[in-house]
Amino acid sequence: MMQPGLETLDYSFPGTRAAGAFTPVLVGVVGSGNLEVLLEPAPGADCRIHIETSARGFGAIWAAVAQDFHARHQLAGVQVSIHDMGATPAVVSLRLDQAAQELQP
Amino acid sequence: MNAPAWNLRDRQRRERLARAAELPGVQGRHVATDTVVPLLEAVLQPGDRVCLEGNNQKQADFLAQALTQVDAQRVHDLHMVQSVLALPEHLDVFETGIARRLDFSFSGPQGGRLAKLVSSGGIEIGAIHTYLELFARYFVDLTPKVALVAAHAADRQGNLYTGPNTEDTPAIVEATAFSGGIVIAQVNEIVDVLPRIDIPADWVDFVVQAPRPNLIEPLFTRDPAQISEIQVLMAMMAIKGIYAEYGVQRLNHGIGFDTAAIELLLPTYGEQLGLKGKICRHWALNPHPALIPAIEAGWVESVHSFGSELGMEDYIRARSDVFFTGADGSLRSNRAFCQAAGHYACDLFIGSTLQIDLQGNSSTATLGRITGFGGAPNMGADARGRRHASPAWLKAGGEARAGRQGAAGTPRGQKLVVQMVETFREHMEPAFVETLDAWTLQQQAGMALPPIMIYGEDVTHVLTEEGIANLLLCRTDEEREQAIRGVAGYTAVGLARDARMVESLRDRGVIKRPADLGIDPRDATRNLLAARSMRDLVRASGGLYSPPKRFRNW
Repeated sequence: MMQPGLETLDYSFPGTRAAGAFTPVLVGVVGSGNLEVLLEPAPGADCRIHIETSARGFGAIWAAVAQDFHARHQLAGVQVSIHDMGATPAVVSLRLDQAAQELQP
Repeated sequence: MNAPAWNLRDRQRRERLARAAELPGVQGRHVATDTVVPLLEAVLQPGDRVCLEGNNQKQADFLAQALTQVDAQRVHDLHMVQSVLALPEHLDVFETGIARRLDFSFSGPQGGRLAKLVSSGGIEIGAIHTYLELFARYFVDLTPKVALVAAHAADRQGNLYTGPNTEDTPAIVEATAFSGGIVIAQVNEIVDVLPRIDIPADWVDFVVQAPRPNLIEPLFTRDPAQISEIQVLMAMMAIKGIYAEYGVQRLNHGIGFDTAAIELLLPTYGEQLGLKGKICRHWALNPHPALIPAIEAGWVESVHSFGSELGMEDYIRARSDVFFTGADGSLRSNRAFCQAAGHYACDLFIGSTLQIDLQGNSSTATLGRITGFGGAPNMGADARGRRHASPAWLKAGGEARAGRQGAAGTPRGQKLVVQMVETFREHMEPAFVETLDAWTLQQQAGMALPPIMIYGEDVTHVLTEEGIANLLLCRTDEEREQAIRGVAGYTAVGLARDARMVESLRDRGVIKRPADLGIDPRDATRNLLAARSMRDLVRASGGLYSPPKRFRNW
């Protein structure tokens, strides 16, 4: 059951860097101005990003942040889940990069 | 025919002093605590220019309260000339008609109420100044007739000891005492022998012991626990991309977590880069607790201060090679001299702001508030009168003038003025805007100019988590605009960038990303901070720093 007031956003990008099988990666914490990023293996060649955020009305910014993240890492076969408590785009990008780094062999 | 009189000021002064001398609670310079209101009524006349010492930190709060209690039939229409409006009493006197006109520098906490008073016609504002500018006018056309100041202690003769928070007192007293004015000081205690004399007795007319010690605000303490990874990242960029790049030896930091992060990274990240002794040796700075680890690690040769900071007294005393201290061992701050030092003798100012526009103009003015900027405009401005050279100043000037002809190409240096902001502030408020709120505020308050804190012409670098924009290297307004958009992140201003032009600016080194500086954002962790809590700061000071209660969270 979703909490009232949360906004959900979904993005999907075709990727070129297959992540293969990996143990799920969790970085960050759900706290004011912060967020939690979970990476899990997913079937297919897409990088799918699911966002639940307490800050409503910033869809355009999330779309740009997600797109830039994908441009940097080109992940394929990955499900990204974000639980956000009003983090700034700078913090979101940092957490995403920290999570992606964990995937590197 | 009568010969012209040339000593009216002196005659008036004697008349006022004679009226005061008749009061039962007045014994020479000493005034009984309960006689302060009659004293003010005796020496003040309608229309007088009055400086009620309101500093950034120290407040003449007892005299402020007394001024609200004078009989408004006798004392009215005063013209207040003071640097800071910090207390409710500073505005109460306008509501009762005791005062009518105001010239000031900064109104922080009273900014909202001041805006309301202005719009209802309850107050006339002469002008909003910078500190140095207001002090300068004390000696030209805003000389106080009566100054109400605060000191820590007086002796029997009336000499004053200000304690570490000397702040504005010397400038105020000098202007008043040497122009036929009257100086009244509130003190916390009267002693036989002062630790030192900050203001000599013959510049002081009356001394009154206040029932409570004067109010001092610890405005410069930042708890390292609240510094974010993004602030660490920006601090790394400042140190490597600007301080090391220009070899900045003499500088001033604004107050905030951004600059506290830089101070706390010097002994760690700065040390790793081998920069000790090469940057950050001389400071115009209040005694920031966040500077303790850098001082302890031997980075800092000197610090001159505008004011002091509560809890730093014993630490300062024990580090007298670094701070400006008297023979008694305690700090002597001086806002006027430190402002001059920051303006003329520093190569760099770095500070934060609330809004930056596409020209690089920045302002902390927000709608519905009239606050002024205190010292930031003097720190954050190129000193056009400067003539001595230093490598940092020459390099900045060289970058700005390269390839230019004529007057614009005449060789000179330039001060580095850095605006350091996260692209979004709290609650996702963008720091970058098409139009500053200052323009609307100008119309609301009927000001001659929009209240801009630092002019884009003076800003040399804009630093965000996305990178550094070096505006010295921009040659057209369009380049400048794209350089700013190019570090404005995901704000509307940033998203509207011309991506190709931004990339070409990056190729030219106008914009530098963390990667261009060899910085991996993932290395920007709080572990790099030399102190991560208030307790760490106390420990770093060897127990000499004693933070005020509100900061003791352990």
